[in-house]
Amino acid sequence: MTQYAFYFLAFVSILCALMVVFSKNPIHSVLYLVLTFFSIAGQYLLLNAQFLAVVHIVVYSGAIMVLFLFVLMLLNLNTEAEPQKSTWLKFAAVISGGLLLITFVASLKGSENMALVQKNPEIGLTANLGKILFNEFALPFEISSILLLSAMVGAVMLSQKEKEAKQ
Amino acid sequence: MKELVWLVPLFPLIGFLIIGLFKNNFSKKLAGTIASGAILASFTVSLGIFIELLSGAEKTFTYTLFDWITSGDFSVAIAFLVDPLSSIMLLIITGVGFLIHLYSIGYMHDDEGYAKFFSYLNLFVFFMLLLVLGNNYLLMFAGWEGVGLASYLLIGFWFKNQSYNDAAKKAFIVNRIGDLGFVLGIILIFITFGSINYADVFGSAMSHPSNEPVIVLITLLLFVGAMGKSAQIPLYTWLPDAMAGPTPVSALIHAATMVTAGVYMIARSNVLYSLSPTTLTIVAIVGAVTAVFAATIGILQNDIKKVLAYSTVSQLGYMFLAMGVGAFTGGIFHLATHAFFKALLFLGAGSVIHAMGGEQDIRKMGGLKKYLPITYMTFLIGTIAISGIPPFSGFFSKDEILAHAFAANPLLWILGIAGSIMTAFYMFRLFYLTFSGTFRGTEHQKHHLHESPSTMTIPLIVLAVLAALAGFIGVPEVLGGSHLLEHFLDPVFEDSKLILFTNHLSHSTEYMLMGTAVGILILVILFARNKYFTNNEIPKSDEDKKSVFANLVYNKYYVDEIYDAIIVKPLDFLSGVFFKFFELKGIDSIVNSTGKLVIGLSDTFRRLQTGHVGFYIFMMVISIVAILFFNLI
Amino acid sequence: MNALQSVPLNHYILLSAMLFAIGVIGVLVRRNAIIIFMCIELMLNAVNLLMVAFSAHHGDGSGQVFVFFIMAVAAAEVAVGLAILIMIHRNSKTTDIDFLNKLKF
Repeated sequence: MTQYAFYFLAFVSILCALMVVFSKNPIHSVLYLVLTFFSIAGQYLLLNAQFLAVVHIVVYSGAIMVLFLFVLMLLNLNTEAEPQKSTWLKFAAVISGGLLLITFVASLKGSENMALVQKNPEIGLTANLGKILFNEFALPFEISSILLLSAMVGAVMLSQKEKEAKQ
Repeated sequence: MKELVWLVPLFPLIGFLIIGLFKNNFSKKLAGTIASGAILASFTVSLGIFIELLSGAEKTFTYTLFDWITSGDFSVAIAFLVDPLSSIMLLIITGVGFLIHLYSIGYMHDDEGYAKFFSYLNLFVFFMLLLVLGNNYLLMFAGWEGVGLASYLLIGFWFKNQSYNDAAKKAFIVNRIGDLGFVLGIILIFITFGSINYADVFGSAMSHPSNEPVIVLITLLLFVGAMGKSAQIPLYTWLPDAMAGPTPVSALIHAATMVTAGVYMIARSNVLYSLSPTTLTIVAIVGAVTAVFAATIGILQNDIKKVLAYSTVSQLGYMFLAMGVGAFTGGIFHLATHAFFKALLFLGAGSVIHAMGGEQDIRKMGGLKKYLPITYMTFLIGTIAISGIPPFSGFFSKDEILAHAFAANPLLWILGIAGSIMTAFYMFRLFYLTFSGTFRGTEHQKHHLHESPSTMTIPLIVLAVLAALAGFIGVPEVLGGSHLLEHFLDPVFEDSKLILFTNHLSHSTEYMLMGTAVGILILVILFARNKYFTNNEIPKSDEDKKSVFANLVYNKYYVDEIYDAIIVKPLDFLSGVFFKFFELKGIDSIVNSTGKLVIGLSDTFRRLQTGHVGFYIFMMVISIVAILFFNLI
Repeated sequence: MNALQSVPLNHYILLSAMLFAIGVIGVLVRRNAIIIFMCIELMLNAVNLLMVAFSAHHGDGSGQVFVFFIMAVAAAEVAVGLAILIMIHRNSKTTDIDFLNKLKF
């Protein structure tokens, strides 16, 4: 049953990802990206990573994508009037992206085709993850808090209007 | 006291740093006081060490300060070796050094570079002490180069005069030739013995056979170093020119201490030299020939400092003669007495020059006896001491060397006596021309004549006492003495005595040699007195015609000109050729065209930077694909 | 958990490789800086998915903790990046990267 769920979710995420890239309206892109993120969260659930799935939905779909929407609407970019690149440039872009994919796939050649076995299904539970996070990764965790703080200060500084320059 | 040996070089170093860093904030008096005080402190410690060595049973002592270089099985420490030899050198350096510092306070009092002068002097003393105290060849070499630097700085002290600068450069460059030999010697020592610590080297050298080629080569290379620093033929030409420096510098560096470093080095390596009789013979011959050769030049010089300079070269020749015939104690003995009387003579000459307002030509002096009574008396004592009249110090030390030379080979003795005769002659010639007769300078100079201040005369008096009495530390057995110095130095030279076979003279032979020497000397002095005192002869001026031989000697055998023609000119020509063809046409064009290539390429490649972000991203993706392609597949 | 055995590990790799490639194509094709930014987020998520899959496969929680950190970094990046974009838009009235051609000598 779950393997069908995997393929279904994979299909949805790839389709939505393609729509993100190729839809004309930026607002639609954002919405398709939210769908992609939901399907990825579904993959996490299948892999028994409940905590990450929830955090993923909260952070990405809840916060980041809302931020994108805000910015798009604030800047009034929700039109389909976005200028397009020339056809051969697009073609070249798709070719190079395809080359990248081929390279990845080709690097899989010869690898053992083993099935994914969950050795320890409990690992993704909040309690276990918390233990690892606050034992082994306590220092990086604290440092990431500094990172977030500085990002916050940076964002405030950047988006502030330059009063001196205007006057 | 022995544990405090590190203080000895530390004081001058601190003095140098303080004066060197803050010299613009000091009054003249303070700079001179700090410098002299630093040396006095070192002297006090040295004296304490000497007394402890004299009374204590332990004669050698090594104080390790810290590891300097450690690499593989090569390790060198900053370690100080205290033994009778180094303690005597310490006393000479700090004692004479202190007196000369004191003297300089008076001598340099109206010089604008006063503080700089004292900082250099302190730096010199520091390096000299390092040279003497090091317990390995590398530390000695560090001091050796350091005193070379200080010597260069002080010869060119009055750097506004171009010929003084040239003299400084000459001293430095000629010394480089010797230093190359020294460095090669040290390297060879390390290759042969696997260590450069004195104790290890001499310990393992004892098991080598006599006259082994490698040891002969080592000692010869070290001797080349000594030749450069101690101004022996053929590398002596820098020393007379070095008189360009202030007179206290000539006294301290170019008479009493630095130029004896070569003698000290050979005395320190006595075990190696004893194992190599071939080198000893060469050392003896070079020493004896230098002694005579320099003395002949000294006879006809008219510059008071040049005479003393050639006399220094000649006396250094005696020290090397002593080393060469295995009379290590005699060499060190002469080193000590020479330090006293030659420093005295130079300082006396400085006092004369000071009174004459910078005039150095003895033809323009004369009759200074009544104007400079203290200088006159002390200079007389110095002159008698260097001539070797008993019981002044020069007699004992020179006699010991000559006796050993006679025992080794009478021919060396004859050369030694010849040099000694000429020494007595030119010294008394100098003395009479300067102090007796009538004054031959200008009226202005005559008006200016005065005795020097007490800071200058006190060192003169102290040195005169030492020059007169220092000989009594080494009264030979034949004159009823017990040669205290020899007993004191015994621990240093005892290994050599086991290896080296020396002839011993019977007492009657020694009496005869002494008698002959003293008799001839007195005759020579009377001759000089007759010529320059009674008959008032004055050397001819430069324009007058001289005999061919006198001309040859007066122009120092044209050695400088010969070196110029056979070494300097061809090298000059060669470097001109290299400059024109290799530098300008070869290297320069390679360098310039490299630059042009880079400019051209960057002008082409900078057009790749279109400024379009999209293009940059595209290139980035292509590059990542390429990298992954080559790494993953 | 048994059911998952029938999904090969290679398929997870393929899925994330495809998502990543789509993200790259998006970055190259679009001219709107905000969309490009979204495609970068897509690439980040492709990597995250792969990490969680490997973490589950090896039974090691470190991979999932790492994904957690990547999320924190992504949040910070989005905050600063969008602020920069707003600045750019305020100054040049556009977010079209083809007009952003000042980065040259």
